[in-house]
Amino acid sequence: MTIGLSHFLTVAAILFTLGIFGIFLNRKNIIVILMSVELILLAVNLNLVAFSAYHHDLVGQVFALIVLTVAAAEAAIGLAIVVVYFRNRGTIDVAEIDLLKG
Amino acid sequence: MTLSALFFYLFAGVCVASAVMVITVKNPVHAVLFLILAFFNAAGLFIELGAEFLAMILVVVYVGAVMVLFLFVVMMLDVDFAELRAGFLKFLPIGATIGVVLLIELVFILVAWVTAPEIAAQAPTPPVSQMSNTAALGQILYTKYVYLFEAAGMILLVAMVGAIVLTLQHKREVKRQSVVRQVERTRERSIEVVEVESGRGLS
Repeated sequence: MTIGLSHFLTVAAILFTLGIFGIFLNRKNIIVILMSVELILLAVNLNLVAFSAYHHDLVGQVFALIVLTVAAAEAAIGLAIVVVYFRNRGTIDVAEIDLLKG
Repeated sequence: MTLSALFFYLFAGVCVASAVMVITVKNPVHAVLFLILAFFNAAGLFIELGAEFLAMILVVVYVGAVMVLFLFVVMMLDVDFAELRAGFLKFLPIGATIGVVLLIELVFILVAWVTAPEIAAQAPTPPVSQMSNTAALGQILYTKYVYLFEAAGMILLVAMVGAIVLTLQHKREVKRQSVVRQVERTRERSIEVVEVESGRGLS
């Protein structure tokens, strides 16, 4: 039994679904939501690299590199916002983040 | 079963299992550690796909920097995480419904999916015997996709400046050096010469 492209795509699909599921499951804890977003981006990267490997095309890996960059920037900014919010309000409950009256 | 298939199932199984633990475990510190485990196994999958450079980047940059940042923030915030899990079971049915629907859709895509015949490699991967993955990636990243590379650098710069601006705080009680006030200080304003009569002292 050889490992083909669809095996990797299946793993990525499961990881993506788990990421979405995690956002719904931990709706109050913004840190776990950020971690779920990281899982989703990891699934996307896995898809890109799998396609890149099976089509012998390096562009997928270049794109995965850019996704990794954006994910790192997103994590840094998101965590900075969480820290500032916690300093101001003393909570990180998503339901209580309503200063903008949205 | 060949060795590569064995490793694939090992990495994929541990990766998915630790992803499940990330979203269900109680303690967020444990969640971050399981996320690190998931990233390590994803790096293993990358190596199996022949993308060694991305695997190393994932371990060094992602696990080494971003996940440690997560760990620091989780440990720094003094939050009652048990309280944040209050609605955990309430959100379980809707989350599970949406997750299952999404997974079924993705499975449909996987089953019905075929590669377009006219697809042609934009940047064909050279065989491993000629050039390593890192060298091949560098050769197209610094030539054909150099603007993309610069844009990635700009994104990181903006993120760094933004994170510093957001979290930097000036404390009132800390005395700081003010170069402007030091430079504009003159002799007339700094010292005063008084003649003191003997026996009187300064009032």
